[in-house]
Amino acid sequence: MSIKVKNLSKHFGLQKAVDSISFEAKPGKILGFLGPNGAGKSTTMKMLTAYMSPTSGDAEICGKSILTAEIEVKRLIGYLPENTPLYNDMYIREFLSFVGETYGIANLSHRVDDVIKQVGLTPEQHKKIGMLSKGYKQRVGLAQAIIHDPKVLILDEPTSGLDPNQLSDIRTLIKNLGKDKTVIISTHIMQEVEAICDEVIVISKGKIVANDTKSELKNQYKGASLEEIFRKLTN
Amino acid sequence: MAYITISVFLLACALLLWFFPDTSILDYGYAEMNGFFNLVPFLFIFLIPAITMRSFAEERREGTYVLLATRPLSDLQIILAKYFACVILLLFALIPTLIYYYSIYQLGLPKGNVDSGAVIGSYLGLFLLGNAFISIGIFASSITKNQVIAFAVAVFLCFFAYSGFDSLSKVFELSALETILVNLGINEHYQSMSRGVLDTRDLVYFITFVFMFFGLTKLVIGGRKW
Repeated sequence: MSIKVKNLSKHFGLQKAVDSISFEAKPGKILGFLGPNGAGKSTTMKMLTAYMSPTSGDAEICGKSILTAEIEVKRLIGYLPENTPLYNDMYIREFLSFVGETYGIANLSHRVDDVIKQVGLTPEQHKKIGMLSKGYKQRVGLAQAIIHDPKVLILDEPTSGLDPNQLSDIRTLIKNLGKDKTVIISTHIMQEVEAICDEVIVISKGKIVANDTKSELKNQYKGASLEEIFRKLTN
Repeated sequence: MAYITISVFLLACALLLWFFPDTSILDYGYAEMNGFFNLVPFLFIFLIPAITMRSFAEERREGTYVLLATRPLSDLQIILAKYFACVILLLFALIPTLIYYYSIYQLGLPKGNVDSGAVIGSYLGLFLLGNAFISIGIFASSITKNQVIAFAVAVFLCFFAYSGFDSLSKVFELSALETILVNLGINEHYQSMSRGVLDTRDLVYFITFVFMFFGLTKLVIGGRKW
C-alpha cells in the first residue's frame, strides 16, 4: 500500500471539511477522487501532501506518517495544486531547475530536458510562464510535480479549463504516469473518470460515500452511468 | 523592481551627499562620512520594506506559497532563503557607496585624512542595521497578503525600532527604565558601532534581534490556515 489514510479529519471552526475518512491506494492504479464542489477533496489532498495539518487522524505515504515524517513525505509526493499556481515571471526552464534544486536532483539540466519532453513542452520551452496558454501552464504544473520522479502523484483538478485536444493529451499523459506510480486525481467530470480511473472514491460533505473499483461500482448500480451514480450518492 | 529600488536609493544618497547644499559633504568642509551614515538609516526605513514586502505577501495572494511548502524544505529554510535573497540586495545597494569613501579619501587635506576605523565600523553597523530591518520586513510580509499593508507595517516597525525607543525613553527620564529603553533601540547600538568600536554586546544585540523576528515569522507561517 503506498497510501493509507486512517480516520483523517479537518475542521475549520465548527465546519467539518473532512470528517474521519479512511482509504487506501495501490501503486500502478489511478484513483479518482470525486465529489461535488466543497466536499473536501482539496482539503484531503492538502493534508496528504503535508501542506495542512489534520485536526485528527493520520495518513501514511509509503509507510511514512504525514504527522511525524513531513519532509520524507514531501520527497515522495508530486503535487499539482488546484488552479495551478505558478511563478508567472520565471522562464519555464528556470522554474523547473529551481524546483529540481529543492530535491537535490543530480544532473538537473538533463532531467529538466527529459521532463519538458515528457509533458510536451518542447516547442514552448524558452518562454516565460506568464506568456503560456492555460493548457501549457497545466503542463508546466505537471512537469514540476513529476520532476523528482515521485512514487505518489496527487493531482487536484488537472484538466479544468482545457480544450478537448489538450484534455485528451493531458489524460494520456496521466495514464502513462499511472503505470508505475500511485496516482490520485480529483475531478467532478465523469467522462474523465470513465477515461482514466481504475478505482473511484466518492466523497460528499466530508464523508466517503463510495469506495470501489469502477466496474464494481457499475455492477452495484446495475449498469447505471457514473453520472447517475454520482447524483444518487451526493444528493 | 529590485534594480529600481536600488537605483532610487543610490540616487537619493548621491543627491543628498554631494549636490544639495544643506547636506553636501563638499560644503560641509570636513573629510568625514558622518552625514552619510546618519542619512542612510532613514533611507533604509523606506528602501528595505520595499524590497521585503513581496516575500510572503505576494506568494500568499498568488497562491504560489503551496509550491514552496510542498517541497522537502522546513519553514525555517524557506524563511532563511527569503532573508538571504534580501541580504544580497542590501549588499548590492551598499557596495556602490564605497566610492564615496574613495572620493573623500582623495579629497582630504592632506590626502587620506579620514578616520578609516570609524568608516569600517559604520559600514558594519549599517549592514547589521539593514539585516535587522530585513528581518522586520519579512515578518511584516508574512502576516498579510496585501503588499501595501506589509510595507506600511514594516516602515512603522523599522522606524520604531530605530528611533522610537530613544524617543520613548525621554518619557522616563532619569529612571532605570530610560537606559533599558535606550538599549532596546537600534540607534544606540548603531551609534556605538559608528564610533569604530566593535563591541560584542552590539553584535549580540543585532543577532538576537534578527533571530527574534525569524521566530515570530516561523510562528506565523507555521500556524497558517491558507
